[in-house]
Amino acid sequence: MIGARALRIEDPVLLRGNGRFAADTVRAGELHMRVVRSPVARGRIVTVDVSRALLLDGVVAAWTHDDIAELPAIGFRLTPRDDLLPYRQPVLARNEVRYVGEPVAVVFARSAYLAEDAADLVELDIEPLSAHLDSDADPVPWVDAEQATWAAGLGRDLPAQDSEATEFTTEYGDVERAFAKAVAAGGPGTHRIVEMDARVGRHSGVPMECRGLCAVYDEAEQLLVVDGAAKVPFWNREAVAAMCGLPPHRVLVRETHVGGGFGPRGELYPEDVLVAVAAMRLRKPIKWIEDRQEHLTTTNHSRDQHHRMRALVRVEDGWIEALDATFALDQGAYVRTHGATVASLTASMLPGPYVIPHFRVVARVRLTNKTPAGTYRSPGRYEGTFARERLVDKIADELGLGRAEVRRTNFIRADQMPYERPIQAMGTHLVHDSGDYALLLDKVSETFDFAGIRAEVERRRAGGEVVGFGFGFFVEKSGIGPVEGARVTVDVAGQVTLTCGASSVGQGVDTVLAQVVAEQLDIGHDSIRVVRGRTDQFEYGRGAFATRLAVMAGSAAANAAENLAQKAKRVAAHQLKVSVEELELRGGSVVVVGRPEEALALGEIAGLLEPIGAGRLKEEPGLSTDGWFRTDHMTYPYGLHAALVRVDRGTGQLHIERFIVGYDVGRALNPTLVEGQIAGGVAQGIGGAVYEEFRYADDGTPTCTTFMDYLVPTLHEIPDVEMLVTEDAPSPINPLGVKGAGEGGTTAVAAAIASAVDDALRIPDAIRSVPIRPAHLRRLLA
Amino acid sequence: MSIPSAVPVRLYVNGDRYDVSVEPRRTLADALREDCGLTGTHLGCEHGVCGACTVLVDGQPMRSCLMFAVQAEGSSVRTVEGLAIDDTTLHPVQQAFWEHHGLQCGFCTPGFLTLAAGYLEEHPDAGEAELRDVLSSNLCRCTGYQNIVKATLAAQQAMNGDPDGDTDGDTDTDADVGGEPA
Repeated sequence: MIGARALRIEDPVLLRGNGRFAADTVRAGELHMRVVRSPVARGRIVTVDVSRALLLDGVVAAWTHDDIAELPAIGFRLTPRDDLLPYRQPVLARNEVRYVGEPVAVVFARSAYLAEDAADLVELDIEPLSAHLDSDADPVPWVDAEQATWAAGLGRDLPAQDSEATEFTTEYGDVERAFAKAVAAGGPGTHRIVEMDARVGRHSGVPMECRGLCAVYDEAEQLLVVDGAAKVPFWNREAVAAMCGLPPHRVLVRETHVGGGFGPRGELYPEDVLVAVAAMRLRKPIKWIEDRQEHLTTTNHSRDQHHRMRALVRVEDGWIEALDATFALDQGAYVRTHGATVASLTASMLPGPYVIPHFRVVARVRLTNKTPAGTYRSPGRYEGTFARERLVDKIADELGLGRAEVRRTNFIRADQMPYERPIQAMGTHLVHDSGDYALLLDKVSETFDFAGIRAEVERRRAGGEVVGFGFGFFVEKSGIGPVEGARVTVDVAGQVTLTCGASSVGQGVDTVLAQVVAEQLDIGHDSIRVVRGRTDQFEYGRGAFATRLAVMAGSAAANAAENLAQKAKRVAAHQLKVSVEELELRGGSVVVVGRPEEALALGEIAGLLEPIGAGRLKEEPGLSTDGWFRTDHMTYPYGLHAALVRVDRGTGQLHIERFIVGYDVGRALNPTLVEGQIAGGVAQGIGGAVYEEFRYADDGTPTCTTFMDYLVPTLHEIPDVEMLVTEDAPSPINPLGVKGAGEGGTTAVAAAIASAVDDALRIPDAIRSVPIRPAHLRRLLA
Repeated sequence: MSIPSAVPVRLYVNGDRYDVSVEPRRTLADALREDCGLTGTHLGCEHGVCGACTVLVDGQPMRSCLMFAVQAEGSSVRTVEGLAIDDTTLHPVQQAFWEHHGLQCGFCTPGFLTLAAGYLEEHPDAGEAELRDVLSSNLCRCTGYQNIVKATLAAQQAMNGDPDGDTDGDTDTDADVGGEPA
C-alpha cells in the first residue's frame, strides 16, 4: 500500500460539491463582518467615524481601535526574535496606517451585502504621509517610542525604531581570511572573485479560496467554536484563547476543507482575532469571508529579496572556496506570525548542495509601506536558489567551464553524507541526512537526453529561433519536528479511524496517512476514516507547513498502527491460545500463521476490549493506540529543474516549451501525489518567474489588486512538467525513509528559466531578476 | 441609504424548482449558495476571472458571480451538485478527475467540472487544442493543470463510449478505489 498510486479518499466528497469550505458554514442569525481598510499607504489617523454606518438598519456593531484597545499585537508563531517585537501588527490600526488595506475599522451586519454598505459609510480622516517603498534604501524612522513599546508588549519602555527590523549574520569558516589569503597569493592567479546581484519580485501563494472564518460562542457548551481554520489550528487555538481570555480547552478550532494553503493561508491575521472576539462580545455567530481584492492587498505577500554575492573561486575548476553574501528582504509594513522565518531560511539554505568551505551571509529584514510578507512555498529557497544558481552559472561562464561540471566540482559528495553544515536551520542543526547529488544530475541528464536537447537548441538557433536550455540544482528541507502524534482506533464494526494533529490544505494528507495505516493493518486505504485539524479530537498538532506531514504525521501514524497491531495480537494470542509470535495481521484480521481459519477480525478484538473484558485481559479499554514521532532534525530532499525556452523576437514573449524536474524524495508514499505536488509547485514557480508580481505606484498604492493585474498562470502558460522522481537517498532519520514532496516543485524554477533565457539570448548573466518581463527581453534582443 | 427591496425569482436548479426572494443586486452565485443551499459553487474572485463559480445556465457555462439571480429567472441552472447521475455513480468527468488526480484542494474543481461537462456534452468531438482553450478559462492553483487536461480527455472518451477510454463510470464506492488506475 505504501508506494501505491492509490486514489485519493478525499475526492468523492469534493467532486460532488459536498466539501465544506470556510464560506460554506452557515449558522442561523449569523452576522457578517466587513473590514474597513486604509486607502493610503501611510498616514496619521485623525478620526474614524462609524456613526453613519451604525444608523443603517441591520448593522449591529462597528469598532475602531479604541473598541479593542486592550488586545495586544499579534504574536509570532515561528522564529520569534526579540528585535522584531516592536514591529508587530495591531488588530486594528493604531494612530497610524502603514499599508493600503490595513484594517482600520470593522462593521457587523445581518447580511454580507449590508455589511459592505455599512463599511462604505465609515468616515476615515487620515492625514497622508509620504510612503517608504524602497527596501534597498537606508533605513528610515519607522515607529515612535510609544508604538514600539506598545507593540513589543515587554512591559518596559523601548526607543523609537527604524525600518530595519533586524540584521543578522549566518556564517561558518572564515570568509575574511579566505579572501585575504587569495589576494595575498598574488591576484589573478589561482583564484578569481565572481559577483552576482539578483532580485526576486514580490509575489505569493494566492490560493483559490480566499481566507474566511466563522465563530460562535456556544452557550450550551460554554465553548467558543471557530470554523474555517487552516494550517495551524492548534497554535491558533492557543492564540485565540489568549486573546479572548479563555483557557484553551474552552476554544474549539476546526479546519473545514481548505482551498489551498501554500504558506499564507491559515496564519493568524487581524481578521481572525476580530471574528473570535466579536463572537464572544456580540454573542452571535460571526462570519467573515475575504474577497479577492482584500486577499491581494492584505494576505501575506512573500519573496521580494535583493541578493548581493561575492564568491572566491578557483580558476582551474570553479571550486567555490568562499561565499560572502548579503540580502535585503522587503517585509512590508509589519512583522507577522512568521517572525524572521523567511530571512532565516534564506540564510541557512543559501549554500544549497555545495560544500563552500567558508560562508557568510548578512540578512536584513526591512519594513516598507506594503502589505506584510510571510512564507510562501519554498520560502527563502526559491529566492536563495535563484541568486546562488545564477552565480554558479556566471562562474562557469567566466571561467569557460561547463555549467554541469562546475556543479559537480562543488557538490557535497555522497560519501560525505550525513553532512553537517555548522549552522542552524529553523532552530535545528543543519545536517544533510542523505543524498547523491551527482547521481541525480547524471540520471536526469540521461533520462531526458540533455545532450540531445542542447543539439536541438543549436539546430533551431541556426534556423533563426531564439531558444535556450538551462537548469538549476537545489536542496530542499522538510519534516521539521519536533513532534507529531496519531491515534488509530477500531470500533466493533471493524471501522478503522486515524485521528491526529495533522492539517490538510488540500495536499492529500488523508490519503497518504491512510496508506501508512493500511500497510500496517493490511486493509484497503479507502476503508479508513481520517480525522484531523480539530482541536477537540486530538491534543497536539504542529500543523501543515514546511513540508512536514508525510515525515512527521506519517511516521506517527506508522508508529500508532504498529502499536495497534501489537495490542490486537496480544488480545488474539490470549483468545486463540497461541503465542504472539505465531500471529500476523492479514486483511484486517489477526490470523495464526499457516492456519488462516484461526483468525480474529479487528472488530471482534475491539469487542473483546470493551471495558469489562479489557479489565480481564489487563489491557486498557478499547482497540485504540497512540503513536508519536519525535525528531531534532529535518530531512533534506534535493532536485534539479531544467527549462527549454523560446523568446519571440517581435514581442519579447517568453514560451516555456519544456520543463523537467528530477527530485529525490527518499521514498514516495504515493507517487501520483508526489508528481501532483511537483506539477503544482512548478506552476507556482513559473508564476513568480514570469507572470506574478505585486507592484506599487510611487505613492504606495498597490496596482495588482485583481486577477486582471496579478497574473496567475492559466493552462496556456504551464507546460506539462516532465518528471523523474527518485528514491536513491531514503532518509535515515525516520521509519518510513521519506522526505517531503511539497515544495521541491517550486524551488529552482526561476533559476532554471533564467539560465535558459541567458542561453537563448546568448548573453551571459542577462537575467538577474524575476519576473522576466517581455519588455526587458525585447530590450536585450534589440 | 435604503435597502433595495427583494423581488421574487423562480430558479430551476438541477431539476428542482426554487422560489426565492432576492435583492436585484444579489448575484446568481450567492442565490445558489445561500438561498438554494447549494454551496458546491465556489467564489474565487467575484470578478469573473477565476471561473470557480462556473455553472451551466440553459446548458451554457456561465460565471455565476457575474450574473444577477434575477437574470436567471425561469432558466435551467446546473451546478456541480447536479452532475452525478445518482449517489453511487459519478458523472464521467468527475470520475475522470478522480482517476487522473485532477484535483488537490478541490476549491476550483466544481468550476472545472461544470465547464468540462457542459462543453463536452455540447461538443463531443472537440479536439485537444480546443479543449485546452476551453479549460484555460478557469484558474487552478494546485495541480499545474496537466492532470485536468488528462482527465478531461479521458472523460471525453468515456462519454463518447470509447471502450479504450480510461473512464468507465465505475461507482465511487467499489473496490476500484484502492486499485491503480490504468
